[in-house]
Amino acid sequence: MCGAKAGGPELAGVDVANETIIQGSVTRDGEPVNGYVRLLDASGEFTAEVPTSATGQFRFFAAPGSWTLRALVPGATVDRSVVAQQGQFTEVAITV
Amino acid sequence: MSRSDVLVSADWVQDHLDDPKVVVVEVDEDTAAYDKNHIRNAVRIDWKKDLQDPVRRDFVDQAGFEALLSAKGIANDDTVVLYGGNNNWFASYAFWYFKLYGHGDVKLLDGGRKKWELDSRELVDGANVPNRAATEYKAQAQDTSIRAFRDDVVAAIGSKNLVDVRSPDEFSGRLLAPAHLPQEQSQRPGHVPTARNIPWSKNANDDGTFKSDDELRDLYQAENVDLSKDTIAYCRIGERSALTWFVLHQLLGQTNVKNYDGSWTEYGSLVGVPIELGSN
Repeated sequence: MCGAKAGGPELAGVDVANETIIQGSVTRDGEPVNGYVRLLDASGEFTAEVPTSATGQFRFFAAPGSWTLRALVPGATVDRSVVAQQGQFTEVAITV
Repeated sequence: MSRSDVLVSADWVQDHLDDPKVVVVEVDEDTAAYDKNHIRNAVRIDWKKDLQDPVRRDFVDQAGFEALLSAKGIANDDTVVLYGGNNNWFASYAFWYFKLYGHGDVKLLDGGRKKWELDSRELVDGANVPNRAATEYKAQAQDTSIRAFRDDVVAAIGSKNLVDVRSPDEFSGRLLAPAHLPQEQSQRPGHVPTARNIPWSKNANDDGTFKSDDELRDLYQAENVDLSKDTIAYCRIGERSALTWFVLHQLLGQTNVKNYDGSWTEYGSLVGVPIELGSN
């Protein structure tokens, strides 16, 4: 397995200017981890969840505002708070 | 109907992987997940290609469902155990199909693929596909007591329970689709007036397993859903609401609950129907 790539999976065909993208990677000791990332809204309510890619990456199409990312991997759960803006990539590197 | 009839643990599935009368079936939103890896001896049903009519927006018909299950090697007296990613959204949707067409013994793997993975249980390579002999499956006519149509939803406004199981941001009109999908859609945002927003995720723990019957009953009571009244659950395309339908109809035994598979992509595109914006 090669190392984790920065940023999220491929974006071909998506109108990025109209999206509010939160993306990043989940790694342990610099190596990608297979698991899940949940997106929770400002009240802590579940909004979405994706499995990480083979290179540990994830991406959400959210709305502007405050969000919490929760990485779920075998044996660990890690939360990270983020603020997202339309037309921008909010990059989050999560280490577990 | 009770929890043990329709929900099995990962340990139970592990113990039945070589039972020829138990068919484990993977149904994923990401239909390629099976190609990467899957539970040993599991077959795949593709919710888009296998379960939808290729032209009209509707399900495969009774004959189509019979042909599908026959080709997959599933017999009428087999125990079917469904599992999938995304906390069993599409596995629940397939469960509802199996009930719609009258399959006798169908169950969900509690927690689905995620729980299986978080337990670090064995998954075999995608090329490792079981060889099941074809059957002659016979389906029953659709049981429309569990399926709601758009006119049922409009008629239910203000009189029956409408449970919108989407995320609060989709309910209020801030998002048009779940946040792991691009948002480019043309229909109107919002929700059916008088619907209660009880996101599907409140039914499940972080690992994707269902909450206990007592916790589930408390949830709907706290949200002021009078389960003695008829209930219609909906979401965006009917898969997350199939999960809530599973909770209410199968786990809590409420037989007066329907899933509206047209859901917001249909309702939010109808001309002239009432729509409400904002949160509960």
